[in-house]
Amino acid sequence: MTYIAKPKFHHPGLKKNELGYTHRDYEGKISTLCAGCGHDSITASIIEACFELSIEPHRVAKISGIGCSSKTPDYFLGNSHGFNSVHGRMPSVLTGANLANRDLIYLGVSGDGDSASIGFGQFAHSIRRGVNMTYIVENNGVYGLTKGQFSATADRGSKSKKGVVNTDNAIDLVAIALQLGATFVARSFSGDKTQLVPLIAAAIQHKGASFIDVISPCIAFNNHAGSTKSFDYVREHNDAVNRLDVLVGREPIHVDYAPGTVQVVEQHDGSRIALRKLDADYDAHDRLGAMTFLQKHAAKGQIVTGLLYVDPEAEDLHAHLNTVDAPLNRLDEKALCPGSAALDKINASLR
Amino acid sequence: MKPTDISAPDYFHKVVDCQWACPAHTPVPEYIRLIAEGRYSDAYMINWKSNVFPGILGRTCDRPCEPACRRGRVEENPVAICRLKRVAADFKDDIKHRLPRPGPKNGKRIALVGGGPASLAVARDLAPLGYHCTVFDQDPKAGGMMRTQIPKFRLPDSVIDEETDYILGLGIEFKGGHRIDSLKQLLAENYDAIFVGSGAPRGRELDIPGRKEAAANIHIGIEWLSSVSFGHVEKIGRRVIVLGGGNTAMDCCRTARRLGGTDVKVIVRSGFDEMKASPWEKEDALHEDIPILNYMVPIAFIHDNGKLTGVTFQKVKAEYDAKGRRNLVPSGEPDETVACDDVLVAVGQENAFPWIEADCGIEFDKWHMPKVDPTTFASTNPKVFFGGDAAFGPKNIIWAVAHGHDAALSIHKMLSGEDINERPLPEVHVSSQKMGIHEWSYDNDISTDKRFKVPHRDKVIALKDIRAEVELGYDLKLALGEAERCLNCDVQTVFTAPLCIECDACVDICPMDCITFTQNGEEDDLRQRLKAPSPHHDQALYVADGLKTGRVMVKDEDVCLHCGLCAERCPTGAWDMQKYLIDMVHAGSTCQSKARSAA
Repeated sequence: MTYIAKPKFHHPGLKKNELGYTHRDYEGKISTLCAGCGHDSITASIIEACFELSIEPHRVAKISGIGCSSKTPDYFLGNSHGFNSVHGRMPSVLTGANLANRDLIYLGVSGDGDSASIGFGQFAHSIRRGVNMTYIVENNGVYGLTKGQFSATADRGSKSKKGVVNTDNAIDLVAIALQLGATFVARSFSGDKTQLVPLIAAAIQHKGASFIDVISPCIAFNNHAGSTKSFDYVREHNDAVNRLDVLVGREPIHVDYAPGTVQVVEQHDGSRIALRKLDADYDAHDRLGAMTFLQKHAAKGQIVTGLLYVDPEAEDLHAHLNTVDAPLNRLDEKALCPGSAALDKINASLR
Repeated sequence: MKPTDISAPDYFHKVVDCQWACPAHTPVPEYIRLIAEGRYSDAYMINWKSNVFPGILGRTCDRPCEPACRRGRVEENPVAICRLKRVAADFKDDIKHRLPRPGPKNGKRIALVGGGPASLAVARDLAPLGYHCTVFDQDPKAGGMMRTQIPKFRLPDSVIDEETDYILGLGIEFKGGHRIDSLKQLLAENYDAIFVGSGAPRGRELDIPGRKEAAANIHIGIEWLSSVSFGHVEKIGRRVIVLGGGNTAMDCCRTARRLGGTDVKVIVRSGFDEMKASPWEKEDALHEDIPILNYMVPIAFIHDNGKLTGVTFQKVKAEYDAKGRRNLVPSGEPDETVACDDVLVAVGQENAFPWIEADCGIEFDKWHMPKVDPTTFASTNPKVFFGGDAAFGPKNIIWAVAHGHDAALSIHKMLSGEDINERPLPEVHVSSQKMGIHEWSYDNDISTDKRFKVPHRDKVIALKDIRAEVELGYDLKLALGEAERCLNCDVQTVFTAPLCIECDACVDICPMDCITFTQNGEEDDLRQRLKAPSPHHDQALYVADGLKTGRVMVKDEDVCLHCGLCAERCPTGAWDMQKYLIDMVHAGSTCQSKARSAA
């Protein structure tokens, strides 16, 4: 743990975004995680994505559960709203907050323990309801805070630091998210920011349930030979199906890739993603194909990364429930208490 | 780019910008840390070894270190390095027992012409080795221009006495009031070597109409300052014009303010911003209500039957030609006559060697300067060396000291039968500063304080007494605050590629975005691809290869705070903070062996 605060000085030539902020303005407190933790790179990627999108920090709510990953919201967006909830309950708190105020950007940060064990049900229901959020799982395959036991996402056959082989089957959160109807599903790696940053930016812009599984090596307990979530293993077995560039604002599109390999996806809110295909056969609009592709590659020990599925026409929970547009805290007395005539009308409709 | 060779002594030396910029290469961050620790005597001795006159330089140095200071690239102002040097001198204990003792005499005799900083530096380096050094000076006391040209309100006599005495106390023979009028005669006295540190003693003349007629009230700046210093001049007219824009002009105008000049003006040919005077000296002059008028070229002294009444100036403006060279051309405005009672001419200094006879074996170049080797300081007479302003024209004290060290080394090598052109390499120490998992032997918590101002004596009192020192120096609290501003640039970020697992922790934590992992490329291309692109080619990129992904680690040294967070957040110890100390070679400080030449 570092005891000193990160110095306030910054590079004199630092780029500013539309709001006049540098990426340093999106930082939080200094990390208390172990040196080299993959989670810190995810933190840096969230900072970078929010900076690139020129997001006003006070329009973001970052919500987490318990665990190493769930500590990280303290390390980014120091001027945003935050809620550190009970273990595994991030999805429920986030759903509630989202129903109360749909104007904020919801960033759910969780880990493999928080989402694949104690909060597995919560995770499932927030996804199937289509809550408009960016759900990031910082997935290291171990329980770091309790000294490195296998988590539910540890691959069968992988070895612990002490050499014990995992005999349980792994939960693939990406496969589950696809099956439960998430409308933006991606996997990435904390050691590859060029892939991760645009994925987070695109997920934030996506209106619907966005899910990103980020493999994030645990330096203290899961970065050894025999681990399938180590830097070396992920780098060797990473099969990226595509790369994307998020096209922000009115900047002209500069696409310098070979024709036919780039696909511009326009999302519901008008934002655009330039998808650069690495695997010519992969179609990011085919949910069923994605699930098959994923299973096939997992069987070969490969880790499929990139934007795996996106539904540009996605709808969210508010659309399903036909809720009021305004945040609840902005509804005045007249809207909340429409009077006895209105009540009579409702009662009559139910008779 | 090729991987950086960090074992080359110069690589890390350049990262310590202040030390690299200092002609004597004083280990600045090292002594600033000692000040912060309250070890003033230790801080003083480090300075004494490098620059010989810490107390004097702490008040008067031209401070090439400060414009170079990295802090100035990170926020508004550099660390007040110079004034911290004075802190070491002001608060030290008695250090006499720490000075070298005169060694047993080796029978060799050295004559030093002039008792200023260059000669004294040579004598200080040579006397402890057993040389018999004889310093000749026309003035009764040692110090040269430090004593005669720098006003006492900037540099009190007590400080000069103290620091010249430390040197003379090493068994040096000082012959005050003894002017050398003939090199030939000196050569005939069979000294083993002669060092000429006689300065640039002649003030440049301003030969315009009226100069001769009004001579009684027109004074040459440095001569006038020295007369003031010796008490021969005690007053000046009410209205004074100082001509010239260098530091001597600043000393002249401020001295004039103290000798009865109530309406003192500095008038310069060039623009205010291009003046040669250091910014802080201009500031001090302005603070004492001395206006500085610019773009005015003096064309005539106006007098009434030999009594000076004013100076006429032509108004000019700056024009730049295609090559960017500046020319001063008449602006077309009418000439202006400024009334005055006295004029001080401070338009430059010149060397003069009337005492060096043509048949002494000393060759001169077309500018009438002796031909001097810039490394060995040898002249064309193998026994005669030059240094300070006498070698390459007017510079300043710290350059004179640096010349002195090098000349002393040459003299020592020559008299030890070695080749003086073979210069030994400096000794370098690099050692890890890690004390615990997240603890370092230096304070890596970066202070965000702005530069602290040095307290000044009240202006009314200061202007009444020409001997009252204007700057009071930092007190200990201010000194500590200022010392904390130092970024410890000598504690280097050292990268060991085979240990790196490319986790990006250092990239993410670096507050200055100095570190990038990327594909290698040519320097210009690489500079554009950095996390924070850097166009500053004078600041090195530290490149390391040998990473598993085939990328290279590139660290831009430019604005690194040396906070050590990269090393703190590195899980494998691939980054380490290592203190770099370089021992510049002085006479006698290294073994004298020819085998060292290529070491």
